[in-house]
Amino acid sequence: MHIPDGFLDTKTIVATSLFSLIGIGRALKVLKTQMSPRKVPLMGLAAAFIFVAQMINFPVIAGTSGHLLGAVLVAVLLGPSEGILVMSVVLIVQCFLFADGGVLALGANIFNMGIIAPVAGYSLYRLISGWIKADYGKYAAVAFAAWTSTVLASVCCVGELAWSGTARWSIGFPAMTGIHMLIGIGEALITTFVLASIYKARPDLRPFKDMSGDKREARPLTGVLIYGSLMLLGLVLFVLPFASRWPDGLEKVAATLGFDTKALARPMVPSPIPEYRVPGIGSLPLATALAGVIGAILIFVVSLVLAKILFRKSRDEPSRRKWTPGQSPEPRPPSKDHFS
Amino acid sequence: MRHDFLDRYSRIDSPIHRLPAALKMGLALGAIFIIVLPPITALYPFLFTAVVLLGAIALSRIPLSFMVRRILIFEPFIVAVAVLALLQPGGFLKFSTIVVKSTLSLVTIIVLSNTTPFTELLGVFRRLHTPPVFLTMMALMYRYVFVLVDEMQRMKRARLSRTFKNKKENARSWRSLSMMIGQLFLRSTERAERIFAAMSARGWKS
Repeated sequence: MHIPDGFLDTKTIVATSLFSLIGIGRALKVLKTQMSPRKVPLMGLAAAFIFVAQMINFPVIAGTSGHLLGAVLVAVLLGPSEGILVMSVVLIVQCFLFADGGVLALGANIFNMGIIAPVAGYSLYRLISGWIKADYGKYAAVAFAAWTSTVLASVCCVGELAWSGTARWSIGFPAMTGIHMLIGIGEALITTFVLASIYKARPDLRPFKDMSGDKREARPLTGVLIYGSLMLLGLVLFVLPFASRWPDGLEKVAATLGFDTKALARPMVPSPIPEYRVPGIGSLPLATALAGVIGAILIFVVSLVLAKILFRKSRDEPSRRKWTPGQSPEPRPPSKDHFS
Repeated sequence: MRHDFLDRYSRIDSPIHRLPAALKMGLALGAIFIIVLPPITALYPFLFTAVVLLGAIALSRIPLSFMVRRILIFEPFIVAVAVLALLQPGGFLKFSTIVVKSTLSLVTIIVLSNTTPFTELLGVFRRLHTPPVFLTMMALMYRYVFVLVDEMQRMKRARLSRTFKNKKENARSWRSLSMMIGQLFLRSTERAERIFAAMSARGWKS
């Protein structure tokens, strides 16, 4: 999903860079007022951790493989603003060190994977885990949030490509989003299991943010508002113009009436697949959107059921650590409040 | 173990390596602007930057095989996304320009990151008034990526030496992979604690 240079036009570059700067600036400001300095090394290490975790590939389908994005993982572990900063640092270093993702496309990449993914994922996670109070609820919430963050980031990515005139929405949207609906399943599985294993090993770290009802972790509403409106603005700009004419109605009418608007822009070199001759291409995005909605509902239900089955017992897990003879009473030092 | 896969040749010596980092950074950014911004039909900017880049590669003593391998890592993705451009009016022209533009930009960054140590790039970022929290995070990330890769490989080896290799992908292997990632996170946080203590002991303030 890392967009290389050359795929975006100037207006997209400027818009996405502006959004990313606002988002990062907001995150830095939130952290400046609320963060203890001990969190800085933790975030640096978290960035290195995400970089390494992203190098692990998992198979998706038919020989293709995806890798972890980690945005929801880091947002749930450290908090949304920290998530934005960690993901941005990861993307910047990947860009300048590994040439993964373009320099001018950095704004777009940070917006998709460093702002949309953690913020949307974190809000969904908070929403669902606040709604289902039972213990399995937070696992289901994490799974669903991880899946949605991946899909949403890919939708934004396609929107930016389409806005730049690089890829047609009617083809790019089904292709990219379709693949990422599958990659998202891997993301959901790994994110949930990783959080479960961290919670099991070190419940004192309180890996699930805001699960303890701790008032100190509650963020002021303004931060949420700004991230939320940034997200909405991005979606409105990149996705809505294309989504609103999904059935390609206008173009179809124009074609049937006989004035093919595209005829003037007909290139010297003909495209190998003339788009209007591909049957059913107009309904493909609609089908994908439908599949996305159905998929989202399905993923939500499945993650609820699976979380209920898999994590039924985990509620007693931390308190079960009782002292028994021949065993050290506390395997690790007691809570040092690493995360606040 | 050697984990210099990221910027393997950034610390060798050549006329290009000896140039100041800020100059190289500026030139690279300029080159990318020249590559990305002109319209599709402009040919000379691409030719010009391609010649300059080839010259830089020749002068910098980065082995060509390394360059090619590094390009081949990302080229499939570029082509895969560019194929989307193929399926629209004017597709072929668009497709070829995108591939050319992306590849040239890719080469520019590979040359930059393999002729300039990352710490010097960080120095340039600092002079550009990047927020200090950001700089500290980037520096720590660069410092510890290699350590964490080592850690991950140690865990993988330990796991392989203790278990049978699971051929089939099933829930259990997803879970054990996740446990490894979770363990890596725990080790990272513990390391971060130690680093914070060491940094504070040396008078660090955020």
